[in-house]
Amino acid sequence: MLRRFVIHEPRAVEEASALLEAHGPEAAIYAGGTELLVVMKEGLAHFPHLINIKTIPGLDTIEASDGMLRIGALATHRAIERSPVVRDAAPVLAELEAQIANIRVRSTGTIGGNLCFAEPHSDPATLLVAWDATLRLTSRRGTRDIPAESFFTGLLETAREHDEVLTEIRIPLPPARAGTAYERFKTHERPTATVAAVVRLNGGTIEEARLAVGSVGPRPHRLRGVEAMLTGQRPDADLFAAAAERAAADAEVIEERFESVDYKRHLVQVLSARALATATQRAHPRETGGD
Amino acid sequence: MIDRLDTRETESVPATGEAATTIRLETVVNGRPVSAEIEPRTLLLDFLRDRLGLTGAKRSCDVQVCGVCTVLLDGKPVSACSTLAYEAHGREVLTIEGLARFGELHPIQQAFMERTAIQCGFCTPGMILTTKALLDENPRPTREEIAAYLGGNLCRCTGYWMIIEAVEHAARLMAGEEDRS
Repeated sequence: MLRRFVIHEPRAVEEASALLEAHGPEAAIYAGGTELLVVMKEGLAHFPHLINIKTIPGLDTIEASDGMLRIGALATHRAIERSPVVRDAAPVLAELEAQIANIRVRSTGTIGGNLCFAEPHSDPATLLVAWDATLRLTSRRGTRDIPAESFFTGLLETAREHDEVLTEIRIPLPPARAGTAYERFKTHERPTATVAAVVRLNGGTIEEARLAVGSVGPRPHRLRGVEAMLTGQRPDADLFAAAAERAAADAEVIEERFESVDYKRHLVQVLSARALATATQRAHPRETGGD
Repeated sequence: MIDRLDTRETESVPATGEAATTIRLETVVNGRPVSAEIEPRTLLLDFLRDRLGLTGAKRSCDVQVCGVCTVLLDGKPVSACSTLAYEAHGREVLTIEGLARFGELHPIQQAFMERTAIQCGFCTPGMILTTKALLDENPRPTREEIAAYLGGNLCRCTGYWMIIEAVEHAARLMAGEEDRS
């Protein structure tokens, strides 16, 4: 049984921000509710004021223009999965969204809620970190854009201030000769390990590589040591094997009930090698037919 | 911000600042308009079961994993155990009780019977409603698409093989390609 609360229905982001400010720690933003209501039902948290931001128009828009894919924070996983704009501009994200939880969670859960809850076993978070996406936060004090990697500060913790509303996820579309791959492994509801790789080629060498790992630790993060060892190199299986070994060693990993640190590092190694190979293959659109 | 649930609290003695306020819910359940005063905290599952007596959707895992509480909200499958009744305001709810019309089973129900896709029946309302959402959106799904769409509805006795066959059979029945046997 849930404890009692009232639901507020703001019509604008500024109004939601004012309500958050007025009610302080007694207020929580309510969107899809797929995480929040479960936590409240379990009695792990109680908020006497829920601010339903679904009554604010225009926060679920998905559009791509000027090399940027913009996804409103209230877009559901299902809407993103089925969006022709996402399928065309960022098919890896559409495939990722189709794998989240189950059809009921995807029908109601929003990408903004997924990111703001900062449960570390998040699929989109890892990919957005690899893509250098930025998250737009708005309050009565103004608007700021924050890189996805800086947004996640720890287990269930983000850089969002209490009076801020996440309104938009901004993804710079990959330039030519760049490929993206996302790999995950799961044994139960949420992924145990998630890895995203972006590889950009110039001639026969790797001009830029980005590798992000998530789910295994408190927050998703880039592996810059691995990225540095890939840059300027010719892509081949030996290079990726060495990079994957380094990724396993460098990833921030925590022990969990059913997964040991060693097990998770092993997963990071396997998934990193796969992601780098696939991203490289997709960076050659003419030879492979694109992704 | 995060406090522990006070187990001494009971409904009759609400904690300070938790006075009961009610809101008006205007919804349509199985084609019938429903108007009720509810507390914002009322879960859709409790509203359907306790206020309307519609007990086809059941509480099981209570965390959106098993699918036994599945109902359709404006045609989309949701976990009624983790959805506020408030969300049904101005929208349409379909439960398993609303599928049969004029005493005749819906083709999906018929297909589940004909393919013996029911054993204990506990997961069946959720399976059938999820199948309806799938077939409304994708009338001829592949086996892989069926398995992916129904992946969040757990069955522990019938077996998924027969359920997937029943969904394929239902798709053919609804397309008028196969007569009911």
